[in-house]
Amino acid sequence: MIWKPSDYAGWGRALKASGDVARPERRAQAQSLSAQTPAPAMGMRRSYGDAALNSGGRMIDMTRLDRMTGFDPATGLLEVEAGARIGDIAAAFAPRGWLPAVMPGTGFATVGGCIAQDVHGKNHHHAGSFGQHVAAITLLQHGKTVEVSPDTPLFRATLGGLGQTGIILKAVLRLMPCKGDVMMVTERRAEDWEEHLALLDGSTASYTVGWLDATAKGATLGRGIVEEGETGAGLVKNRTRFRKVPMDAPHFALAAPVVRAFNAAYYNRVPARGRTLVKPIGDFFFPLDKIHDWNRLYGKRGFHQFQCVVPLAAAPELRTMLEDIAASGLASPLAVLKRMGPGRAGYLSFPMEGYTLAIDFPNRDLARALILRLEGRTADAGGRLYFAKDGLGTGARIGAMYPELADWQAEVARADPDRHLETDLVRRLNLRNAQ
Amino acid sequence: MNTTWIILGATSAMARAFARRLAAEGAGLLLAGRDMAELTLLAEDCRLRGARLAEPLTFDARDAGGFGALIARLETEEGELNAAVFAGSMPDQSLIDADPALIGGTVTDSFTGPAHFLQLLAPLQEARGGGTVVGVGSVAGDRGRIGNYVYGAAKAGFHTYLSGLRNRLTRAGGHVVTVKPGFVDTAMTWGLPGLFLVASPDAVAGDILRAVKKRRNTIYTPFFWRYIMLIICHIPEPIFKKMKI
Repeated sequence: MIWKPSDYAGWGRALKASGDVARPERRAQAQSLSAQTPAPAMGMRRSYGDAALNSGGRMIDMTRLDRMTGFDPATGLLEVEAGARIGDIAAAFAPRGWLPAVMPGTGFATVGGCIAQDVHGKNHHHAGSFGQHVAAITLLQHGKTVEVSPDTPLFRATLGGLGQTGIILKAVLRLMPCKGDVMMVTERRAEDWEEHLALLDGSTASYTVGWLDATAKGATLGRGIVEEGETGAGLVKNRTRFRKVPMDAPHFALAAPVVRAFNAAYYNRVPARGRTLVKPIGDFFFPLDKIHDWNRLYGKRGFHQFQCVVPLAAAPELRTMLEDIAASGLASPLAVLKRMGPGRAGYLSFPMEGYTLAIDFPNRDLARALILRLEGRTADAGGRLYFAKDGLGTGARIGAMYPELADWQAEVARADPDRHLETDLVRRLNLRNAQ
Repeated sequence: MNTTWIILGATSAMARAFARRLAAEGAGLLLAGRDMAELTLLAEDCRLRGARLAEPLTFDARDAGGFGALIARLETEEGELNAAVFAGSMPDQSLIDADPALIGGTVTDSFTGPAHFLQLLAPLQEARGGGTVVGVGSVAGDRGRIGNYVYGAAKAGFHTYLSGLRNRLTRAGGHVVTVKPGFVDTAMTWGLPGLFLVASPDAVAGDILRAVKKRRNTIYTPFFWRYIMLIICHIPEPIFKKMKI
């Protein structure tokens, strides 16, 4: 069997698709699929919305092409297939003093997915985006391998390019030296919005991220915990215990009072004077990976994640958005605030210098309406939405959010003229047509 | 101690997962199969994951003439010599019904080819006073069913062979683990209808490695297949012969 009729979903499980999926286990199979039945590629489907969905069409699952095929310790250049998972690379290389230079919030993300979304990590303010550490990409276009080097239009169209320039087969990543496979993590309380931003602005750590209590209102609006991390060696770390969510949780599992209580406890567990801990690398970078299938906590209706970035000067607008979220009572415990640097590698890369806010909402009518309001406010503030998360955007203001959209469209039209690689997200946001 | 594994059928998903776990422990790996391009990629991957040695080699169950060279290569490694057999083929039963000549190849791939190889290896393991053999069979070998009884028969033969080999190698300090996987998420099962509780190749590989360390004789993986097969094997034949499971 090559094609398996499948029902599959984005990570948020609110958007679903049905269609035939092929999963090549050998390179030659991927090549012949690309030649004979070109279709969009997908990895571990950690994008929340519909970036890796193709309703009624075909998909090529790349997760079995996941080998590391060359490493040069003199330069840190690692050649790796697109299906390899970031967490696996980190686990194999951190003990030898190397890490992927940029790691997203889940280690289950594949290299192909990190390229297609030009992801960022907790060190974006220093290291920039994932694509800025990619030294080469090999695409499959119509069965032929195409080598893509940095500083070419095809490279910029591929980084953050949502898989529209070809199937990503492999890439060369420039790993970053690290001290070892443990993290020294300092956690500090931020009592309100101003203190939260001040802590993020003032942080000099390599890795910085803020957890936000999105249920806090009034004087405590914006309170949270700022985590700063540095890699370390020779320290004793706790064992990571993995847990699994065995079934869909009932809808009240994340009801407002539960979330408020959880958030208060989560906030108070860090002493007022702060604390420093030693953690395994995975616990710091991929905190939720310990709970397999945590997306089932939102029940069978699933959830949406809203993530935007706004320019530094638009911090007051972001605060207004947070007020709206807090007032709605719809927020979940997962809310993240981070200061980003300007680094980005592609025409459609998400990052811009400013503040990014990411927050989960259960998939309800009120939450969908709220997310649409937040989308409008993001556009008004001169910010943009993140395609890795978006599942509801209308596309009307995408052109304003992504000023290089036309450059991307021109390159994609050359790479995939017959539109074999379009996904649900690309169609929903009308990305490949003139806006 | 220096251990070296030869893995037959190394490009299969289960074999890849098993090789990676061995690599992380620093073992030496001889990765044998037919697709040299894929084996070369896997070998590099295993080296980067910590294998002391990872080398691609050609193995074709239907070409016994090539076995000697593999044995000779293995013999050059010092220390404990182990083998894991993941080779096998499962043509659709309807194809076999249409062309009974396919039976020969299925039996060679899944039973007699690997058995021939292990038979050449056994004296070497005896001479070194130990070593482990992992033989991957199948729950399909526990009872013949309409859906895949030729493949099942080949695996049943392999199980019996492994049990005899275990009897032999035990005397020399060696050990044989018979592995009976249920449904595993591999190319062989991709898109087959009616599968349930499908295990990941990595979970199966973890079970196999645990069984090797504990010197278990026969394991089912995932474990509950032992009970499923216990029930299936105890259905009286007059009833079983009318069932389609």
